[in-house]
Amino acid sequence: MEKRFDSAALILPMFGLGLVLVIWTAISFKVAPDLPSPWRTWQESQQYILDPFFKDGEMNQGILRFSFLSLIRVAKGFLLAIAIGTPLGFLLGLSTNFNRAFDPVIQVLRPISPLAWLPLGLVIFKQSEPAALFTIALCAMWPTVINTAMGVRSISTEYLNVGRVLKLSPMKKLRKIMIPATLPYMFTGYRLSLGMAWLVIVAAEMLTGSPGLGGFLWQEYNSLVYSHILLSVVTIGLIGFGLDRLMSVIERRFKTA
Amino acid sequence: MAYLELRGVSKSYVRAARSPSQTNGKLPVLRDVNLRIDENEFVCVVGRSGSGKTTLISLIAGLVEPDRGEILLEGKPIDGPSPDRGVVFQNYSLLPWMTVFENVYLAVDAVGPHLAEAEKRERTEHYIRLVNLGAAMKKVPRELSGGMRQRVAVARGLAMDPKVLLLDEPFSALDALTRGTLQEELARIWMETRKTVVMITNDIDEAILLADSIYTLAPGSDTTLGPAVRVDTPHPRSRAQLGGAPGYQRVRRETVSLLVTAGKDHAGYGTPAKGGIALN
Repeated sequence: MEKRFDSAALILPMFGLGLVLVIWTAISFKVAPDLPSPWRTWQESQQYILDPFFKDGEMNQGILRFSFLSLIRVAKGFLLAIAIGTPLGFLLGLSTNFNRAFDPVIQVLRPISPLAWLPLGLVIFKQSEPAALFTIALCAMWPTVINTAMGVRSISTEYLNVGRVLKLSPMKKLRKIMIPATLPYMFTGYRLSLGMAWLVIVAAEMLTGSPGLGGFLWQEYNSLVYSHILLSVVTIGLIGFGLDRLMSVIERRFKTA
Repeated sequence: MAYLELRGVSKSYVRAARSPSQTNGKLPVLRDVNLRIDENEFVCVVGRSGSGKTTLISLIAGLVEPDRGEILLEGKPIDGPSPDRGVVFQNYSLLPWMTVFENVYLAVDAVGPHLAEAEKRERTEHYIRLVNLGAAMKKVPRELSGGMRQRVAVARGLAMDPKVLLLDEPFSALDALTRGTLQEELARIWMETRKTVVMITNDIDEAILLADSIYTLAPGSDTTLGPAVRVDTPHPRSRAQLGGAPGYQRVRRETVSLLVTAGKDHAGYGTPAKGGIALN
């Protein structure tokens, strides 16, 4: 019984992948002749994959080099997002008045697309790099803000009563009770924020033309090398998946009984 | 002068309206509760679930404010919660992200922030050993059984070095054997420390084993305390010796009858005492 289940767990994902490749091939031959088939994509991209660290000018680098550049940019934007988002979430969770004042603003800002923020960032900062970080941080912040606020609101009164009976100072209450009790929620927020930051990076790089996966993708579209678009798309997907796995491992560590 | 005194304490909770046509009502819980406790006395309050026992302990702890009446400790009105009324909560309320040591240390540090670090550690270990958990200092609550968790909660309560130790049904979630052991340990610890204790329980035998005075809380809402039943058997008492003691049956009968008759004055009470109170 167990053996059969194991092989199914291996075969079914392979089947899914295979089916996608078949559909992709079919589309490239029958529907959209400009779309490279999986095989052509591989042939035209293998230099980037097999020599992932080569560098031949700013916009022509191995795929891992581009990935690294994008990851660094995402890391900066993400850290900025959680550095602002965590305290903001705490304030929203702690104070009803603060929540009343700023919750509507947040609900309005939250659905705004990175494509809308980026031009504003360029207007404010006049340079593409800070504008990209501004956009990533602003879009990626909300899951952290909302989850942290929810975590603070759901701290059990049992724990708070311990703090009250011991007459802990506000700082001590924050450090010993509120932050540890909120950590699992915070990390759920961080995981979602990182996913959001990775979504935004492509848009930010495309519009600013910065070297990275998104910038490369846009450049290759303009140079009519469509297979490299697909290379970028697949890489973006794989890295996004990897980041999410990584964060959920960290998240699980902070789950307290 | 009584050490801890409750004077005409009443408490109602706001009952939220169930439909728009209703208005928010008041749900009276305790009415005109009077209680005088001497220093070093062990007092038990016995009542069924829903009789406002936890409300009573929360009032003394200062976690909720009375609507009317006042609570005095050493003649001074209490002002909110404080470690001088250390609480051992019914559900232990240990902080799950801290080890046993850290949970107890938090209390030691809160009441003696000026103490030297070594002194704080020593006190913490002292209280943990007092409840026989010396081997579990580095464990987190998740790794402990219910009985062990409750020991940690008792250690933390004692570590506050309170003037009055408040115990809210501390053993109700434990199996009978563990409960028996912990009751005897609590009796031993009380003999050693001679704290003033107010303990809430639904177990008459537990009350008779531990208390100097037993008060009953009638079931139902809007209830008040019955008269004190004195337990004169000297400490330390043992379960075996209690059963044969001459006063035992009388104390038990009085307590049970207070629980039953007191309840008859109140609406919504129609069945004889059972469930929470063991009659056999």
